[in-house]
Amino acid sequence: MTDATISLRGAGLAFGDRVLWQNLDLELGRGEFVAVLGPNGSGKTSFLRVLLGQQRLSTGTLLIEGRPLGYIPQHRAVAPQTPLRGRDLIRLGLDGHRWGLPFGTRRIRRRVDELLEAVGAASYADRPLALLSGGELQRLRVAQALAADPAVLLCDEPLLSLDLHHQKVVAELVDERRRAHDTTVVFVTHEINPVLEMVDRVLYLAQGRFRLGSPAEVMTSASLSDLYGSPLEVARINGRLVVVGAPGAYDHGGETTV
Amino acid sequence: MTGDVWQQIFTFDDYGELLALVHNSLIAGAVLGLVGGVIGTFVMMRDLAFAVHGVAELSFAGASAALLLGVNVAAGSLAGSIVAALIIGALGVRAKDRNSVIGILMPFGLGLGVLFLALYKGRAANKFGLLTGQIVAVDTVQMSWLVGTSVVVLVALAVIWRPLVFASLDPDVAAARGVPVGILSPVFMVLLGLTVAVSIQVVGALLVLALLVTPAAAAMRITASPLRVTLLSVAFAVTSVVGGILLALGSSVPISPYVTTISFTLYLACRAVGGVRAR
Repeated sequence: MTDATISLRGAGLAFGDRVLWQNLDLELGRGEFVAVLGPNGSGKTSFLRVLLGQQRLSTGTLLIEGRPLGYIPQHRAVAPQTPLRGRDLIRLGLDGHRWGLPFGTRRIRRRVDELLEAVGAASYADRPLALLSGGELQRLRVAQALAADPAVLLCDEPLLSLDLHHQKVVAELVDERRRAHDTTVVFVTHEINPVLEMVDRVLYLAQGRFRLGSPAEVMTSASLSDLYGSPLEVARINGRLVVVGAPGAYDHGGETTV
Repeated sequence: MTGDVWQQIFTFDDYGELLALVHNSLIAGAVLGLVGGVIGTFVMMRDLAFAVHGVAELSFAGASAALLLGVNVAAGSLAGSIVAALIIGALGVRAKDRNSVIGILMPFGLGLGVLFLALYKGRAANKFGLLTGQIVAVDTVQMSWLVGTSVVVLVALAVIWRPLVFASLDPDVAAARGVPVGILSPVFMVLLGLTVAVSIQVVGALLVLALLVTPAAAAMRITASPLRVTLLSVAFAVTSVVGGILLALGSSVPISPYVTTISFTLYLACRAVGGVRAR
């Protein structure tokens, strides 16, 4: 693939003698949507930190052609009394990396308004960030990442702490972006169902190993049983994937959706 | 008896003549209020209130060392606060580490300062002033140093403003967007050190917080607009310092209780207003 935005070759990450994953070859093309799955502690977030340049690979190489990077972080509450409102958060995505004072130009105000509109955040644009709910804040973070006009969008559990409706809203916003602008999407999540219909490939990390392929290839009983080294069952119920018996995969353990 | 105490706290005999004498101090106070109010919003956003206190104690140690050695006190306080700011910045990246680093540095700095002052044989007023502030008739040399430093801090803040806001709110997201987060942090600490060093000249080491934290904290109680927070914070800080100097003029009491009382009153008022609005 010549139009790869991200390529990893022989990539591995280990902390001490604990290997998270190794021998990973991955090329992501423009407009490709890859979901990164796996149990807690399997190295999903570390994988994203590698792409962000905040974590060095233990082995192998990483090449990122697509710039700028957009980044949607895990939901985190904003400190009380933070002197910023919704529109200020989005504005940071537009020109927060530039030097100087934040003088308001009409062009910037209009762009911020468009982005607010696009994520349905116009109604709370002037409310203090600290007073917003998780879903409201997360939509603003999507808009902030989109403001950079990113070639690659890195999302770290963006659906965490959102209710089903807002999970759908946020996932669709990300998907719309990649369809309209051929943005590469790396979507770290412990819950594939909200994005199942959008995903081109799945990178499933577990037990120091990984599976890479289309959802149909990776999300099967045989493939995941082999990855975990113990028998487990992947069932499709009402269009949702349910994994039964993944060892230590999730906090609540046992029967769970992926 | 009570009358005597009030007489000491508020006296307005010969006020006009005194006013002419402290003309420079008033300008210095206004400039300090401006810098303190502006940088205070970042102190709050970056959760550095305790760090301000730590830097101030080390700055106090530097100033008292200079007093003992007979060299420039302002230079001593500047050296102390820059060293403290850089240590705190380097050792305490995460808030938890930072607070323990400050908790360890601060008593050490204070102890050093007390030692130097104990050894110092000069005027007692010089000693006390470093801790609780003084309105000396600010001379032209001090004045140009103070204004010069303040201009440096303000210009530097204006240059790094947007990336600094970004990095203060969300360092990871800012870094992904290309903000040099790793450089901004020590740069800000140096600017904070400079501000603390000049503030100590007027309000003293113990009460720098009233200038660098309280006004911004008050402003944040009543608005979340970044522009309005900055403007209000500056207005509160200038009111506190200039008002404090004007009230302290006729008295034999140091300036700091006036400054801190005004700034605390403003904070209470803002809390009340914010509380009513939240309901």
